[in-house]
Amino acid sequence: MITLACHAGIGPRTEGYALVARDNFSARYDLDRNRGIFSRPGHVLAGRSYRDMILVMNTVKGGVATAWMLYAMKQGGVCPRAFLFNTANAIMAQGAALADLALCDRFAGGDITELVRDGDYLVVDPARGLVQVTNRS
Amino acid sequence: MAEIALTGEERAMQAGEMGWPLSWAINHQLQVARMFDAPDLVAVGQAHMMADPEAVGEAGAQFMEDLVRHGARVRIPTITDPRGVDLACYHPLGQTEEMAGLERRIIAACTGMGILMTNTCVNYQTIMPPVMGEHVAYGDTGVVIYSNSVCGARSNFEGGPSALAASLTGRTPRYGLHLDGNRRATRRFVVAEQPRELTDWGVLGAVVGERAGSYWQVPAIEGLEVVPNSDQLKHLGAAMASYGSTPLFHLVGITPEARQLSDVGGDRLEPETVSAGMMNALRSRFGATGEKVDVVVFAAPQLSIVEMQQVAALCRGRTVAVPLIVCTSPQVYPDAARHGFVNTIEASGGMVLQGTCFYNQFAREIGEANGWKRLLSNSAKIVNILGGYGYEPALASMERCVASAVAGEIR
Repeated sequence: MITLACHAGIGPRTEGYALVARDNFSARYDLDRNRGIFSRPGHVLAGRSYRDMILVMNTVKGGVATAWMLYAMKQGGVCPRAFLFNTANAIMAQGAALADLALCDRFAGGDITELVRDGDYLVVDPARGLVQVTNRS
Repeated sequence: MAEIALTGEERAMQAGEMGWPLSWAINHQLQVARMFDAPDLVAVGQAHMMADPEAVGEAGAQFMEDLVRHGARVRIPTITDPRGVDLACYHPLGQTEEMAGLERRIIAACTGMGILMTNTCVNYQTIMPPVMGEHVAYGDTGVVIYSNSVCGARSNFEGGPSALAASLTGRTPRYGLHLDGNRRATRRFVVAEQPRELTDWGVLGAVVGERAGSYWQVPAIEGLEVVPNSDQLKHLGAAMASYGSTPLFHLVGITPEARQLSDVGGDRLEPETVSAGMMNALRSRFGATGEKVDVVVFAAPQLSIVEMQQVAALCRGRTVAVPLIVCTSPQVYPDAARHGFVNTIEASGGMVLQGTCFYNQFAREIGEANGWKRLLSNSAKIVNILGGYGYEPALASMERCVASAVAGEIR
Protein backbone atom coordinates (compact mmCIF):
# COMPACT_ATOMS: atom_id res chain seq x y z
CA MET A 1 0.00 0.00 0.00
CA ILE A 2 1.20 3.51 -0.84
CA THR A 3 0.29 6.41 1.44
CA LEU A 4 0.18 9.94 0.05
CA ALA A 5 0.08 12.96 2.35
CA CYS A 6 -1.80 16.11 1.42
CA HIS A 7 -3.33 19.19 2.99
CA ALA A 8 -6.35 18.44 5.15
CA GLY A 9 -9.40 18.48 2.93
CA ILE A 10 -13.17 18.43 3.10
CA GLY A 11 -15.75 15.70 3.33
CA PRO A 12 -16.05 12.12 4.53
CA ARG A 13 -13.60 9.21 4.36
CA THR A 14 -14.27 7.61 0.97
CA GLU A 15 -12.91 4.81 -1.17
CA GLY A 16 -13.16 3.81 -4.81
CA TYR A 17 -11.39 3.53 -8.15
CA ALA A 18 -9.33 6.37 -9.60
CA LEU A 19 -10.08 8.10 -12.88
CA VAL A 20 -6.92 10.06 -13.65
CA ALA A 21 -6.21 12.80 -16.17
CA ARG A 22 -3.59 15.48 -16.57
CA ASP A 23 -6.35 17.95 -17.34
CA ASN A 24 -8.51 20.43 -15.44
CA PHE A 25 -12.08 20.25 -14.21
CA SER A 26 -15.30 22.19 -14.35
CA ALA A 27 -18.74 20.71 -13.78
CA ARG A 28 -20.27 23.31 -16.10
CA TYR A 29 -17.72 23.21 -18.89
CA ASP A 30 -16.82 19.55 -19.05
CA LEU A 31 -19.70 17.32 -18.02
CA ASP A 32 -22.95 15.98 -19.37
CA ARG A 33 -24.49 15.69 -15.94
CA ASN A 34 -27.56 13.89 -17.24
CA ARG A 35 -25.50 11.02 -18.67
CA GLY A 36 -22.68 11.14 -16.13
CA ILE A 37 -19.90 11.48 -18.67
CA PHE A 38 -17.24 13.99 -19.66
CA SER A 39 -18.77 15.70 -22.68
CA ARG A 40 -16.30 18.41 -23.66
CA PRO A 41 -14.72 17.18 -26.90
CA GLY A 42 -11.21 18.41 -26.12
CA HIS A 43 -11.08 17.00 -22.61
CA VAL A 44 -8.70 14.12 -21.95
CA LEU A 45 -11.58 12.18 -20.40
CA ALA A 46 -14.15 12.92 -23.13
CA GLY A 47 -16.70 10.14 -23.27
CA ARG A 48 -15.60 8.53 -19.98
CA SER A 49 -18.07 7.99 -17.14
CA TYR A 50 -17.29 9.69 -13.86
CA ARG A 51 -20.02 8.04 -11.84
CA ASP A 52 -18.74 6.65 -8.50
CA MET A 53 -15.12 7.29 -9.51
CA ILE A 54 -12.47 9.20 -7.59
CA LEU A 55 -11.45 11.94 -10.02
CA VAL A 56 -7.74 12.73 -9.97
CA MET A 57 -6.88 15.85 -11.94
CA ASN A 58 -4.58 18.84 -12.08
CA THR A 59 -6.71 21.79 -11.05
CA VAL A 60 -10.09 23.46 -11.35
CA LYS A 61 -11.01 25.89 -14.08
CA GLY A 62 -13.78 28.24 -14.97
CA GLY A 63 -16.83 29.31 -13.15
CA VAL A 64 -18.80 29.29 -9.98
CA ALA A 65 -21.55 26.89 -11.11
CA THR A 66 -19.63 23.84 -9.94
CA ALA A 67 -20.58 24.63 -6.33
CA TRP A 68 -24.32 24.17 -6.84
CA MET A 69 -23.80 21.45 -9.45
CA LEU A 70 -21.87 19.15 -7.12
CA TYR A 71 -24.77 19.25 -4.68
CA ALA A 72 -27.29 18.46 -7.42
CA MET A 73 -25.06 15.67 -8.75
CA LYS A 74 -24.67 14.13 -5.29
CA GLN A 75 -28.39 14.31 -4.55
CA GLY A 76 -29.16 12.84 -7.97
CA GLY A 77 -26.80 9.91 -7.43
CA VAL A 78 -24.74 10.47 -10.61
CA CYS A 79 -21.58 11.84 -9.12
CA PRO A 80 -17.91 11.10 -8.49
CA ARG A 81 -17.15 9.76 -5.02
CA ALA A 82 -14.23 12.10 -4.38
CA PHE A 83 -11.89 14.61 -6.00
CA LEU A 84 -8.11 14.84 -5.77
CA PHE A 85 -6.29 17.80 -7.31
CA ASN A 86 -2.82 19.22 -7.36
CA THR A 87 -4.53 22.48 -6.45
CA ALA A 88 -8.24 22.92 -5.84
CA ASN A 89 -9.88 26.32 -5.96
CA ALA A 90 -12.40 28.10 -3.79
CA ILE A 91 -15.40 26.86 -5.77
CA MET A 92 -14.49 23.18 -5.47
CA ALA A 93 -14.07 23.55 -1.73
CA GLN A 94 -17.42 25.28 -1.39
CA GLY A 95 -19.16 22.68 -3.54
CA ALA A 96 -17.59 19.78 -1.69
CA ALA A 97 -18.61 21.33 1.63
CA LEU A 98 -22.25 21.70 0.57
CA ALA A 99 -22.45 18.29 -1.09
CA ASP A 100 -20.47 16.46 1.60
CA LEU A 101 -18.07 15.11 -1.00
CA ALA A 102 -14.44 14.22 -0.27
CA LEU A 103 -11.89 16.68 -1.66
CA CYS A 104 -8.11 16.82 -1.14
CA ASP A 105 -5.26 18.77 -2.76
CA ARG A 106 -1.65 19.92 -2.29
CA PHE A 107 0.11 16.56 -2.18
CA ALA A 108 3.54 16.47 -0.56
CA GLY A 109 4.89 13.81 -2.89
CA GLY A 110 4.44 15.71 -6.14
CA ASP A 111 1.99 15.65 -9.02
CA ILE A 112 -1.04 13.64 -7.95
CA THR A 113 -1.89 12.82 -11.58
CA GLU A 114 1.41 10.96 -11.77
CA LEU A 115 1.40 9.47 -8.28
CA VAL A 116 -1.96 7.79 -8.90
CA ARG A 117 -2.71 5.60 -11.92
CA ASP A 118 -5.99 5.15 -13.71
CA GLY A 119 -7.83 2.29 -12.04
CA ASP A 120 -5.94 2.38 -8.74
CA TYR A 121 -8.08 1.66 -5.68
CA LEU A 122 -7.93 4.63 -3.30
CA VAL A 123 -8.94 5.32 0.26
CA VAL A 124 -9.33 9.07 0.80
CA ASP A 125 -9.25 10.49 4.33
CA PRO A 126 -9.68 14.27 4.03
CA ALA A 127 -9.68 14.99 7.77
CA ARG A 128 -6.24 13.39 8.19
CA GLY A 129 -4.93 14.61 4.85
CA LEU A 130 -4.10 11.11 3.63
CA VAL A 131 -4.78 9.08 0.51
CA GLN A 132 -3.93 5.38 0.36
CA VAL A 133 -3.33 3.48 -2.86
CA THR A 134 -4.27 0.00 -1.71
CA ASN A 135 -3.51 -2.02 -4.84
CA ARG A 136 0.17 -1.07 -5.09
CA SER A 137 3.19 -0.99 -2.80
CA MET B 1 -3.95 22.98 11.99
CA ALA B 2 -4.35 26.41 13.63
CA GLU B 3 -7.65 27.20 15.33
CA ILE B 4 -9.86 29.68 13.50
CA ALA B 5 -10.47 32.72 15.68
CA LEU B 6 -14.19 33.26 16.16
CA THR B 7 -16.12 36.04 17.89
CA GLY B 8 -18.79 35.31 20.47
CA GLU B 9 -21.53 35.85 17.91
CA GLU B 10 -19.83 33.52 15.45
CA ARG B 11 -19.59 30.83 18.13
CA ALA B 12 -23.29 31.26 18.82
CA MET B 13 -24.03 30.82 15.12
CA GLN B 14 -21.82 27.75 15.02
CA ALA B 15 -23.55 26.20 18.02
CA GLY B 16 -26.99 26.66 16.50
CA GLU B 17 -28.09 29.22 19.09
CA MET B 18 -29.18 31.59 16.32
CA GLY B 19 -31.13 29.04 14.27
CA TRP B 20 -30.40 26.41 11.66
CA PRO B 21 -29.80 28.75 8.68
CA LEU B 22 -26.98 30.57 10.47
CA SER B 23 -25.62 27.33 11.86
CA TRP B 24 -25.52 25.81 8.35
CA ALA B 25 -24.01 28.98 6.91
CA ILE B 26 -21.14 29.42 9.33
CA ASN B 27 -20.30 25.74 9.50
CA HIS B 28 -20.20 25.67 5.71
CA GLN B 29 -17.83 28.63 5.80
CA LEU B 30 -15.65 27.04 8.46
CA GLN B 31 -15.11 23.93 6.36
CA VAL B 32 -13.81 26.13 3.54
CA ALA B 33 -11.82 28.23 6.00
CA ARG B 34 -10.00 25.15 7.33
CA MET B 35 -9.16 23.90 3.85
CA PHE B 36 -7.47 27.20 3.01
CA ASP B 37 -6.01 27.94 6.46
CA ALA B 38 -8.07 31.08 7.04
CA PRO B 39 -7.19 32.67 10.39
CA ASP B 40 -10.67 34.10 10.92
CA LEU B 41 -13.73 35.45 9.14
CA VAL B 42 -13.90 38.93 7.65
CA ALA B 43 -16.99 41.15 7.48
CA VAL B 44 -18.26 41.68 3.92
CA GLY B 45 -20.30 44.59 2.61
CA GLN B 46 -22.19 42.89 -0.21
CA ALA B 47 -22.90 39.45 -1.59
CA HIS B 48 -23.64 38.45 -5.17
CA MET B 49 -25.17 35.03 -5.63
CA MET B 50 -25.28 32.75 -8.63
CA ALA B 51 -28.42 30.63 -8.54
CA ASP B 52 -29.60 29.78 -12.04
CA PRO B 53 -31.93 26.78 -12.15
CA GLU B 54 -29.74 24.64 -14.38
CA ALA B 55 -26.95 24.80 -11.81
CA VAL B 56 -29.12 24.81 -8.69
CA GLY B 57 -31.38 21.99 -9.78
CA GLU B 58 -34.24 20.50 -7.82
CA ALA B 59 -31.95 19.65 -4.90
CA GLY B 60 -30.62 23.18 -4.54
CA ALA B 61 -34.11 24.66 -4.84
CA GLN B 62 -35.31 22.43 -2.01
CA PHE B 63 -32.30 23.44 0.06
CA MET B 64 -33.07 27.14 -0.36
CA GLU B 65 -36.75 26.55 0.39
CA ASP B 66 -35.72 24.81 3.62
CA LEU B 67 -33.66 27.84 4.59
CA VAL B 68 -36.68 30.09 4.02
CA ARG B 69 -38.91 27.81 6.09
CA HIS B 70 -36.40 28.11 8.93
CA GLY B 71 -36.48 31.89 8.79
CA ALA B 72 -33.29 32.67 6.87
CA ARG B 73 -32.81 36.40 6.16
CA VAL B 74 -29.83 38.09 4.57
CA ARG B 75 -27.85 40.53 6.73
CA ILE B 76 -26.11 42.45 3.97
CA PRO B 77 -27.17 43.70 0.53
CA THR B 78 -27.35 40.56 -1.58
CA ILE B 79 -27.91 40.56 -5.32
CA THR B 80 -28.17 37.88 -7.96
CA ASP B 81 -26.33 36.72 -11.06
CA PRO B 82 -28.33 36.19 -14.29
CA ARG B 83 -31.31 33.86 -14.21
CA GLY B 84 -31.71 30.84 -16.42
CA VAL B 85 -35.21 31.65 -17.67
CA ASP B 86 -36.52 35.00 -18.86
CA LEU B 87 -40.08 34.44 -17.66
CA ALA B 88 -41.35 36.91 -20.27
CA CYS B 89 -39.68 35.03 -23.11
CA TYR B 90 -38.99 31.34 -22.69
CA HIS B 91 -41.27 29.51 -25.12
CA PRO B 92 -39.46 30.98 -28.15
CA LEU B 93 -36.21 29.45 -26.88
CA GLY B 94 -37.71 26.02 -26.42
CA GLN B 95 -37.57 26.20 -22.64
CA THR B 96 -40.19 24.17 -20.81
CA GLU B 97 -42.76 24.88 -18.13
CA GLU B 98 -40.70 22.64 -15.83
CA MET B 99 -37.68 24.93 -16.27
CA ALA B 100 -39.81 28.01 -15.69
CA GLY B 101 -41.40 26.41 -12.64
CA LEU B 102 -38.00 25.70 -11.09
CA GLU B 103 -36.97 29.26 -11.85
CA ARG B 104 -40.07 30.62 -10.11
CA ARG B 105 -39.37 28.52 -7.00
CA ILE B 106 -35.79 29.77 -6.77
CA ILE B 107 -36.91 33.38 -7.21
CA ALA B 108 -39.50 32.89 -4.46
CA ALA B 109 -36.89 31.42 -2.14
CA CYS B 110 -34.41 34.21 -2.84
CA THR B 111 -36.93 36.99 -2.32
CA GLY B 112 -38.14 35.20 0.78
CA MET B 113 -34.68 35.66 2.25
CA GLY B 114 -34.52 39.33 1.25
CA ILE B 115 -32.27 38.88 -1.77
CA LEU B 116 -32.53 41.54 -4.49
CA MET B 117 -33.20 39.89 -7.86
CA THR B 118 -30.87 42.09 -9.87
CA ASN B 119 -30.09 39.17 -12.22
CA THR B 120 -26.90 40.60 -13.59
CA CYS B 121 -23.27 39.71 -14.10
CA VAL B 122 -22.33 43.33 -14.75
CA ASN B 123 -23.30 44.73 -11.36
CA TYR B 124 -19.98 46.59 -11.31
CA GLN B 125 -21.31 48.63 -14.26
CA THR B 126 -24.91 48.97 -13.19
CA ILE B 127 -25.70 48.41 -9.49
CA MET B 128 -23.17 49.46 -6.83
CA PRO B 129 -19.54 48.91 -7.78
CA PRO B 130 -17.38 47.82 -4.86
CA VAL B 131 -14.67 50.23 -3.79
CA MET B 132 -10.95 49.86 -3.22
CA GLY B 133 -10.25 47.60 -0.27
CA GLU B 134 -13.89 46.63 0.28
CA HIS B 135 -14.32 43.00 1.27
CA VAL B 136 -17.22 41.41 -0.62
CA ALA B 137 -18.54 37.92 -1.33
CA TYR B 138 -19.21 37.84 -5.04
CA GLY B 139 -20.23 35.01 -7.30
CA ASP B 140 -19.75 34.93 -11.09
CA THR B 141 -16.11 34.75 -12.01
CA GLY B 142 -16.38 37.76 -14.32
CA VAL B 143 -17.77 39.86 -11.49
CA VAL B 144 -15.05 38.75 -9.11
CA ILE B 145 -12.12 39.32 -11.43
CA TYR B 146 -13.38 42.76 -12.47
CA SER B 147 -14.10 43.79 -8.88
CA ASN B 148 -10.71 42.61 -7.62
CA SER B 149 -8.67 43.89 -10.53
CA VAL B 150 -10.36 47.08 -11.69
CA CYS B 151 -12.08 48.24 -8.50
CA GLY B 152 -9.47 46.98 -6.03
CA ALA B 153 -12.13 45.17 -4.01
CA ARG B 154 -11.44 41.88 -2.25
CA SER B 155 -13.36 38.73 -3.06
CA ASN B 156 -12.75 35.09 -3.68
CA PHE B 157 -14.92 33.21 -6.14
CA GLU B 158 -17.98 32.61 -4.01
CA GLY B 159 -20.18 29.95 -5.55
CA GLY B 160 -23.92 30.22 -4.95
CA PRO B 161 -23.94 28.32 -1.64
CA SER B 162 -21.02 30.30 -0.22
CA ALA B 163 -22.35 33.67 -1.36
CA LEU B 164 -25.61 32.68 0.30
CA ALA B 165 -23.77 31.71 3.47
CA ALA B 166 -21.97 35.06 3.46
CA SER B 167 -25.23 36.91 2.97
CA LEU B 168 -26.64 35.19 6.06
CA THR B 169 -23.63 35.58 8.35
CA GLY B 170 -22.33 38.88 6.93
CA ARG B 171 -18.86 37.34 6.83
CA THR B 172 -16.63 35.16 4.75
CA PRO B 173 -13.45 33.20 5.47
CA ARG B 174 -10.34 35.38 5.26
CA TYR B 175 -8.20 33.53 2.72
CA GLY B 176 -7.12 33.93 -0.88
CA LEU B 177 -7.81 37.37 -2.31
CA HIS B 178 -8.78 38.83 1.07
CA LEU B 179 -5.09 38.69 2.05
CA ASP B 180 -2.45 41.14 0.79
CA GLY B 181 0.10 38.43 0.11
CA ASN B 182 -2.14 36.61 -2.35
CA ARG B 183 -2.67 39.75 -4.45
CA ARG B 184 0.99 39.99 -5.49
CA ALA B 185 1.84 39.11 -9.08
CA THR B 186 3.06 35.57 -9.70
CA ARG B 187 3.36 35.74 -13.52
CA ARG B 188 4.48 38.64 -15.70
CA PHE B 189 3.12 38.90 -19.24
CA VAL B 190 4.13 41.37 -21.94
CA VAL B 191 1.60 42.06 -24.68
CA ALA B 192 3.02 42.00 -28.21
CA GLU B 193 -0.24 42.46 -30.16
CA GLN B 194 -2.42 45.39 -29.16
CA PRO B 195 -6.09 44.45 -28.69
CA ARG B 196 -8.49 46.56 -30.73
CA GLU B 197 -12.07 45.31 -30.57
CA LEU B 198 -13.89 43.63 -27.69
CA THR B 199 -13.15 40.15 -29.00
CA ASP B 200 -9.42 40.88 -28.98
CA TRP B 201 -9.60 41.79 -25.31
CA GLY B 202 -11.36 38.50 -24.67
CA VAL B 203 -8.72 36.61 -26.64
CA LEU B 204 -5.96 38.29 -24.64
CA GLY B 205 -7.73 37.31 -21.41
CA ALA B 206 -8.11 33.75 -22.64
CA VAL B 207 -4.43 33.40 -23.57
CA VAL B 208 -3.23 34.85 -20.27
CA GLY B 209 -5.75 32.86 -18.22
CA GLU B 210 -4.85 29.61 -19.90
CA ARG B 211 -1.15 30.20 -19.28
CA ALA B 212 -1.65 31.32 -15.69
CA GLY B 213 -3.66 28.14 -15.29
CA SER B 214 -4.69 28.24 -11.65
CA TYR B 215 -6.84 30.10 -9.18
CA TRP B 216 -3.75 30.95 -7.17
CA GLN B 217 -1.81 32.67 -9.97
CA VAL B 218 -1.94 36.45 -10.39
CA PRO B 219 -0.93 37.77 -13.83
CA ALA B 220 0.62 41.22 -14.18
CA ILE B 221 0.28 42.46 -17.77
CA GLU B 222 2.55 45.04 -19.38
CA GLY B 223 2.85 46.56 -22.80
CA LEU B 224 -0.65 47.89 -23.43
CA GLU B 225 -0.58 51.10 -25.44
CA VAL B 226 -4.16 52.08 -24.66
CA VAL B 227 -6.16 52.34 -21.47
CA PRO B 228 -9.06 49.91 -21.91
CA ASN B 229 -12.61 51.01 -21.15
CA SER B 230 -15.01 49.17 -18.87
CA ASP B 231 -16.45 46.91 -21.58
CA GLN B 232 -12.98 45.96 -22.79
CA LEU B 233 -11.89 45.16 -19.23
CA LYS B 234 -15.10 43.20 -18.78
CA HIS B 235 -14.28 40.92 -21.72
CA LEU B 236 -10.61 40.68 -20.71
CA GLY B 237 -11.46 39.60 -17.19
CA ALA B 238 -14.37 37.31 -18.02
CA ALA B 239 -12.25 35.35 -20.49
CA MET B 240 -9.24 35.19 -18.17
CA ALA B 241 -11.39 33.83 -15.35
CA SER B 242 -13.06 31.37 -17.69
CA TYR B 243 -9.92 29.88 -19.24
CA GLY B 244 -7.79 30.02 -16.13
CA SER B 245 -10.05 30.25 -13.07
CA THR B 246 -8.13 33.46 -12.46
CA PRO B 247 -9.66 35.84 -9.91
CA LEU B 248 -7.27 38.81 -10.17
CA PHE B 249 -5.00 40.49 -12.71
CA HIS B 250 -2.99 43.67 -12.73
CA LEU B 251 -2.52 45.94 -15.75
CA VAL B 252 0.65 47.84 -15.05
CA GLY B 253 0.02 51.58 -14.95
CA ILE B 254 -3.73 51.07 -15.34
CA THR B 255 -5.36 49.06 -12.55
CA PRO B 256 -5.21 50.55 -9.08
CA GLU B 257 -2.90 48.17 -7.25
CA ALA B 258 -0.18 48.23 -9.93
CA ARG B 259 0.62 51.82 -10.73
CA GLN B 260 4.05 50.41 -11.44
CA LEU B 261 5.24 46.83 -11.79
CA SER B 262 7.13 46.81 -8.52
CA ASP B 263 3.94 47.68 -6.58
CA VAL B 264 2.83 44.06 -7.02
CA GLY B 265 6.28 42.47 -7.05
CA GLY B 266 6.23 41.91 -10.79
CA ASP B 267 9.71 43.36 -11.28
CA ARG B 268 11.16 40.19 -9.76
CA LEU B 269 9.39 37.93 -12.27
CA GLU B 270 10.60 36.75 -15.66
CA PRO B 271 8.66 38.44 -18.47
CA GLU B 272 6.68 36.13 -20.77
CA THR B 273 5.58 37.46 -24.15
CA VAL B 274 1.97 37.09 -25.26
CA SER B 275 2.69 36.88 -28.96
CA ALA B 276 0.46 37.45 -31.95
CA GLY B 277 0.95 33.75 -32.67
CA MET B 278 -0.56 32.82 -29.31
CA MET B 279 -3.51 35.12 -29.93
CA ASN B 280 -4.07 33.66 -33.40
CA ALA B 281 -3.76 30.10 -32.12
CA LEU B 282 -6.56 30.79 -29.66
CA ARG B 283 -8.69 32.35 -32.39
CA SER B 284 -8.09 29.42 -34.71
CA ARG B 285 -9.61 27.02 -32.17
CA PHE B 286 -12.90 28.83 -32.75
CA GLY B 287 -12.66 29.68 -36.43
CA ALA B 288 -15.24 28.50 -38.95
CA THR B 289 -15.40 31.05 -41.76
CA GLY B 290 -17.75 30.08 -44.56
CA GLU B 291 -19.70 27.53 -42.54
CA LYS B 292 -23.43 27.67 -41.92
CA VAL B 293 -24.31 29.25 -38.57
CA ASP B 294 -27.28 28.15 -36.46
CA VAL B 295 -27.44 30.87 -33.82
CA VAL B 296 -25.60 34.09 -33.03
CA VAL B 297 -25.30 35.11 -29.38
CA PHE B 298 -24.23 38.29 -27.62
CA ALA B 299 -23.83 37.48 -23.92
CA ALA B 300 -21.31 36.43 -21.29
CA PRO B 301 -21.05 39.01 -19.94
CA GLN B 302 -24.40 40.76 -20.35
CA LEU B 303 -24.24 43.76 -22.63
CA SER B 304 -23.78 47.30 -21.37
CA ILE B 305 -25.83 50.17 -22.77
CA VAL B 306 -22.89 51.02 -25.01
CA GLU B 307 -22.73 47.50 -26.42
CA MET B 308 -26.51 47.56 -26.93
CA GLN B 309 -26.08 50.73 -28.96
CA GLN B 310 -23.33 49.10 -31.03
CA VAL B 311 -25.37 45.95 -31.74
CA ALA B 312 -28.43 48.05 -32.63
CA ALA B 313 -26.39 50.18 -35.02
CA LEU B 314 -25.14 47.06 -36.78
CA CYS B 315 -28.67 45.60 -37.01
CA ARG B 316 -30.36 48.75 -38.29
CA GLY B 317 -31.98 48.19 -41.69
CA ARG B 318 -30.91 44.55 -41.90
CA THR B 319 -32.79 41.28 -41.43
CA VAL B 320 -31.20 38.31 -39.77
CA ALA B 321 -31.47 34.89 -41.40
CA VAL B 322 -30.77 32.90 -38.23
CA PRO B 323 -31.66 33.55 -34.57
CA LEU B 324 -29.71 36.41 -33.05
CA ILE B 325 -29.94 36.51 -29.26
CA VAL B 326 -28.84 39.45 -27.14
CA CYS B 327 -28.65 39.14 -23.35
CA THR B 328 -28.58 42.22 -21.18
CA SER B 329 -29.32 43.10 -17.60
CA PRO B 330 -32.68 44.24 -16.21
CA GLN B 331 -30.98 47.54 -15.41
CA VAL B 332 -29.73 48.17 -18.95
CA TYR B 333 -32.81 46.82 -20.75
CA PRO B 334 -35.21 49.71 -20.01
CA ASP B 335 -32.56 52.22 -20.96
CA ALA B 336 -31.89 50.33 -24.17
CA ALA B 337 -35.63 50.30 -24.86
CA ARG B 338 -35.89 54.03 -24.13
CA HIS B 339 -33.13 54.70 -26.64
CA GLY B 340 -34.81 52.52 -29.26
CA PHE B 341 -32.03 49.91 -29.30
CA VAL B 342 -34.35 47.04 -28.34
CA ASN B 343 -36.81 47.96 -31.10
CA THR B 344 -34.05 48.22 -33.66
CA ILE B 345 -32.62 44.79 -32.78
CA GLU B 346 -36.07 43.20 -32.70
CA ALA B 347 -37.02 44.85 -36.02
CA SER B 348 -34.10 43.05 -37.60
CA GLY B 349 -35.44 39.76 -36.27
CA GLY B 350 -33.17 39.58 -33.22
CA MET B 351 -34.31 38.71 -29.72
CA VAL B 352 -33.36 40.74 -26.63
CA LEU B 353 -33.50 38.90 -23.31
CA GLN B 354 -33.21 40.60 -19.95
CA GLY B 355 -31.82 39.16 -16.75
CA THR B 356 -30.44 35.99 -18.30
CA CYS B 357 -27.23 34.84 -19.89
CA PHE B 358 -27.30 32.32 -22.73
CA TYR B 359 -24.97 29.71 -21.30
CA ASN B 360 -26.94 29.31 -18.08
CA GLN B 361 -30.31 29.06 -19.85
CA PHE B 362 -30.29 25.25 -20.05
CA ALA B 363 -27.97 25.63 -23.01
CA ARG B 364 -27.88 21.92 -23.84
CA GLU B 365 -31.65 21.56 -23.85
CA ILE B 366 -32.39 24.68 -25.89
CA GLY B 367 -29.68 23.71 -28.35
CA GLU B 368 -31.31 20.32 -28.84
CA ALA B 369 -34.81 21.80 -28.98
CA ASN B 370 -33.83 24.25 -31.72
CA GLY B 371 -31.29 22.17 -33.59
CA TRP B 372 -28.49 24.62 -32.79
CA LYS B 373 -24.96 23.29 -33.16
CA ARG B 374 -22.85 26.00 -34.76
CA LEU B 375 -22.98 28.96 -32.40
CA LEU B 376 -21.23 32.23 -33.16
CA SER B 377 -20.37 34.87 -30.57
CA ASN B 378 -17.96 37.71 -29.93
CA SER B 379 -17.47 36.43 -26.36
CA ALA B 380 -14.30 34.44 -25.79
CA LYS B 381 -15.86 33.24 -22.56
CA ILE B 382 -19.02 31.75 -24.02
CA VAL B 383 -17.23 29.85 -26.77
CA ASN B 384 -15.04 28.29 -24.08
CA ILE B 385 -18.05 27.10 -22.11
CA LEU B 386 -20.39 25.77 -24.75
CA GLY B 387 -18.28 23.03 -26.32
CA GLY B 388 -19.23 20.77 -23.42
CA TYR B 389 -22.91 21.52 -24.02
CA GLY B 390 -22.91 19.98 -27.47
CA TYR B 391 -22.27 23.15 -29.50
CA GLU B 392 -19.60 23.85 -32.09
CA PRO B 393 -18.78 27.39 -31.00
CA ALA B 394 -17.07 29.97 -33.19
CA LEU B 395 -15.64 33.37 -32.32
CA ALA B 396 -15.81 36.58 -34.33
CA SER B 397 -16.07 40.32 -33.82
CA MET B 398 -19.41 41.97 -33.13
CA GLU B 399 -19.48 43.27 -36.70
CA ARG B 400 -18.79 39.83 -38.18
CA CYS B 401 -21.35 38.23 -35.85
CA VAL B 402 -24.15 40.48 -37.10
CA ALA B 403 -23.04 40.11 -40.71
CA SER B 404 -23.04 36.33 -40.26
CA ALA B 405 -26.51 36.38 -38.70
CA VAL B 406 -27.75 38.26 -41.78
CA ALA B 407 -25.97 35.94 -44.21
CA GLY B 408 -26.73 32.69 -42.38
CA GLU B 409 -23.10 31.70 -42.65
CA ILE B 410 -19.96 32.77 -40.85
CA ARG B 411 -18.46 35.79 -42.58
